[in-house]
Amino acid sequence: MSLIEITEVKKRFGDNEVLKGINIDVEPGEVIAIIGKSGSGKSTLLRCINGLETIDDGSISVAGAQLLPDELHLKALRLKVGMIFQGFNLFPHLTAGRNVMLSQMVVKKTPKAEAEVMAKKMLERVGLGHKFDAYPDQLSGGQQQRVAIARALAMQPIALLCDEITSALDPELVNEVLAVVKELASEGMTLLMVTHEMRFARDVCSRVVFMHQGRVHEIGPPEEVFANPKTPELKQFLGVTH
Amino acid sequence: MNDFTTWDILRNLLLAARWTVLLSIVSFVGGSLVGVALLFARIGKGRLGPAFAKTYIELFQGTPLLMQLFLAFFGLGLFGIDVPAWLAAAVALILWTAAFLAEIWRGCVESVAKGQWEASSSLGMGYLQQMRWVILPQALRVAVPPTVGFSVQVVKGTALTSIIGFVELSKAGTMVTNATFEPFTVYGFVALIYFCLCWPLSKSSQILERKLNVAHRNH
Repeated sequence: MSLIEITEVKKRFGDNEVLKGINIDVEPGEVIAIIGKSGSGKSTLLRCINGLETIDDGSISVAGAQLLPDELHLKALRLKVGMIFQGFNLFPHLTAGRNVMLSQMVVKKTPKAEAEVMAKKMLERVGLGHKFDAYPDQLSGGQQQRVAIARALAMQPIALLCDEITSALDPELVNEVLAVVKELASEGMTLLMVTHEMRFARDVCSRVVFMHQGRVHEIGPPEEVFANPKTPELKQFLGVTH
Repeated sequence: MNDFTTWDILRNLLLAARWTVLLSIVSFVGGSLVGVALLFARIGKGRLGPAFAKTYIELFQGTPLLMQLFLAFFGLGLFGIDVPAWLAAAVALILWTAAFLAEIWRGCVESVAKGQWEASSSLGMGYLQQMRWVILPQALRVAVPPTVGFSVQVVKGTALTSIIGFVELSKAGTMVTNATFEPFTVYGFVALIYFCLCWPLSKSSQILERKLNVAHRNH
């Protein structure tokens, strides 16, 4: 059984159908890059998997549990699937350490001392152990994004959703974040990432999904998708002219 | 025949000013409590709560405070309920304050970035947990200066209760004038006392605004 099963998922905003029947099955440990033009529905798909958007049709299940839009089911789902955002979304009124501790204490009711140990460990893991007491606005964009990753990891999810997590970063800060993601991938974390980093997708991902106008237009291992695009849309997107 | 000294005038006004202060505090504290309830109703997810709170706020913001005082004082009297002036004054001011504070605070809650809701949702927090740990702590910083600023309006609003016969500073001013025939002196003092009550509040609102902004940047 697949870890994440996305079956015939449809989503519309008003008259605009953003997802027109998406089918993707994700195996445990897979790293999947979702690429495509803006407006192709890739971010919406990711947000649907986490329940930030409700779906109009089809089904999504994570580790066998169906995604249902009530608070209890959503909470169960979100404990399994972490999400990292383009804009970091750290809590500005809390230190980096507190950011990582908060949801453990509030959602999982972990005792403070235990949550602190976990937070230290996770910040170490993203190379920011020394920034435990720094506030988000004292950190660079790359550091903030790494804290956000540590915050998601502290909940011990079985999969992570990454929504253009390097798009808001200065070019020189992109690599430090990607290095962390690469590390996670090598440790066997299941990752679904919407990304514009084609080289990263090629090097790290096990499969690449090309989305076009609300559909999965092409899907396959990166060597195939990048080296041998079958459809004119993907060729155009990759800038390949034959 | 005029044997009132300036001190007599001032002393009587200051004694009455105690009631202005007390009524202001009662209105502000009571209004805050009702205001919090209204705020949660207004931004809640249900259908009834927001509709009720919105109507309430529009009614109280869309009618003069004086009319609300009249309705509380005379309106209930029509049903045979005898409402003392102090009670009508307190109730009307509490309800009026609540409407404005709820609306001020709604703006503060909505000024918190949408990403904060999404991030806390994606970490598994429920609505009340998000409110308690993520949204309100941030909204509070934004809310302090306008809230303190609004307390000035409450102090000045208490002057209207003189019309339904509650003896606070303004009413005392009228009474003292009737006895002394020195309206300029008396109302001059009345204005001065109001200013002494309001100015520190305005000033502290400004100081808080500067302080919290700086705190937000550098912690």
